[in-house]
Amino acid sequence: MTVSLSGTEVAKQIASQFPEAIAESSNQAVVVKTEYLLKVAEFLKNSPDFDFNYLNDMTAADYYDYFEVVFQLSSLNLNHKLMLKTRCYERLKPAVPSVCCLWRGAELMEREIYDLMGITFTGHPNLKRIVLWEGFQGHPLRKDYL
Amino acid sequence: MTIKTEPFVINFGPAHPSTHGVFRMRVVLDGEVVLDLEPVYGYLHRGIEKLAEQRTYTGIIPLTDRLDYLAAMSNNLAHCIAVEKLAGIKVPERAEYLRVILAELQRLCSHLIAVGAFLNDSGAFMTPILYMLREREKILDLFEMLSGQRLTYNDMRPGGVSQDAPEEFLPALHKFVDQMPRYLDEYDQLLAKNEILLARSKGVGILSKELAINSSASGPVLRASGVKWDIRKAEPYSIYDRFEFEIPTGTAGDCYDRYLVRMLEMRQSVRIIEQAMKQFPSGEYRSRVPKLIRPPVGEVYSRIEAPKGELAFYIVSDSSIAPYRYHIRGTSLINLTALRDMIVGWKVADLIVIFGSIDICMGEVDR
Repeated sequence: MTVSLSGTEVAKQIASQFPEAIAESSNQAVVVKTEYLLKVAEFLKNSPDFDFNYLNDMTAADYYDYFEVVFQLSSLNLNHKLMLKTRCYERLKPAVPSVCCLWRGAELMEREIYDLMGITFTGHPNLKRIVLWEGFQGHPLRKDYL
Repeated sequence: MTIKTEPFVINFGPAHPSTHGVFRMRVVLDGEVVLDLEPVYGYLHRGIEKLAEQRTYTGIIPLTDRLDYLAAMSNNLAHCIAVEKLAGIKVPERAEYLRVILAELQRLCSHLIAVGAFLNDSGAFMTPILYMLREREKILDLFEMLSGQRLTYNDMRPGGVSQDAPEEFLPALHKFVDQMPRYLDEYDQLLAKNEILLARSKGVGILSKELAINSSASGPVLRASGVKWDIRKAEPYSIYDRFEFEIPTGTAGDCYDRYLVRMLEMRQSVRIIEQAMKQFPSGEYRSRVPKLIRPPVGEVYSRIEAPKGELAFYIVSDSSIAPYRYHIRGTSLINLTALRDMIVGWKVADLIVIFGSIDICMGEVDR
């Protein structure tokens, strides 16, 4: 049975490596600061205790004040999972580092978020609209899109 | 005089019979060899995630039917399980068993189409797929008995299923389950050592184990690359922990392994249905759930093993009657991440075989 790792426990371990990386943590999820996202993700992937070799899913939600990018990570070897989040408070040009270099699976997921939510992923190899056409105005999944 | 050659760009699709829908690829060719490939998505985008934000939790079920329309029952199940987790709804025993039976029948149904269409693409034109459709027809009859529909069932509800199985359902299911292994033997006899199939698919379109995991592939595509990963075993949802079954895996990760994994999975599905029929209890088929479900504030990421892979829903609730955010993990889309790596270097005719072996459904790719 897949074990859901407690966000607070994982946050402690992350904090021992990167003391300033954690923005918030609860039992369900860890929220890291955007500027530390890549480092934390790399740590979670390569550390033998976590071994998050599989990116299940990646999505974003609009909470008016900020965008939340949500990662579902799991380890196929250790059979545990974690919800990792990062928040982006910029509304006009939100940007988050791309995790494509760690998990290739993020390629299409990030393109989809870019298309529908308008978050730029810096470092993505081919960031362009995926389901809507080039030249489409706006990002439909934002809450202020009518 | 010298003869000049240059790479040649062709548009493959969106309306091409072997793209299984409206999928388009921009292919760069050197003669017959594929040099580069860029998939173009979006021809079937309907904005289901946005539409779902304005519908009630039961009102979304017909939308989920239209994701992977070859496996609508699995989509219904994934959605209902997510809502149940979010709202804390209990499901009666009989409904759980019915759901497992339906989900496994749906897996058979989807794999039959997948294998049939794959063989169609690899040159065994029309004969195998007609055999497969013959059996799929029988499953659709069973579904029709339950829900009145043959493609988009809209049958499951949070807290159970929409209606109980009619009297004639179980005998008909018994009959089908008795027949199915013999049909599978028949396919094996026709196909497993078939010269054409072996020549076209052995060693073609290899997806390595590392790339399969790294590119988030799931379902038969992941298992064919040698990863023993099935959510029914790894994180048993519903009542899958009560059944005995195996996870078939491949070794090479080529098209033939993907075909073989699906064939073997069908036998396991039959096994699960047999066990479920034996234990099938009587009782309620649906728990008492309010007409308008208002889950407490929170979020859930809930996943199931759909025929094509990991199908998951990420739902954020703000305790109103509609979800605040409704995200669908489109299995077929994510399985296409490594498409370019699998195809580049092969010939155009192999492109079609490799693409067919992934088994995608455009409804789920574009959503």
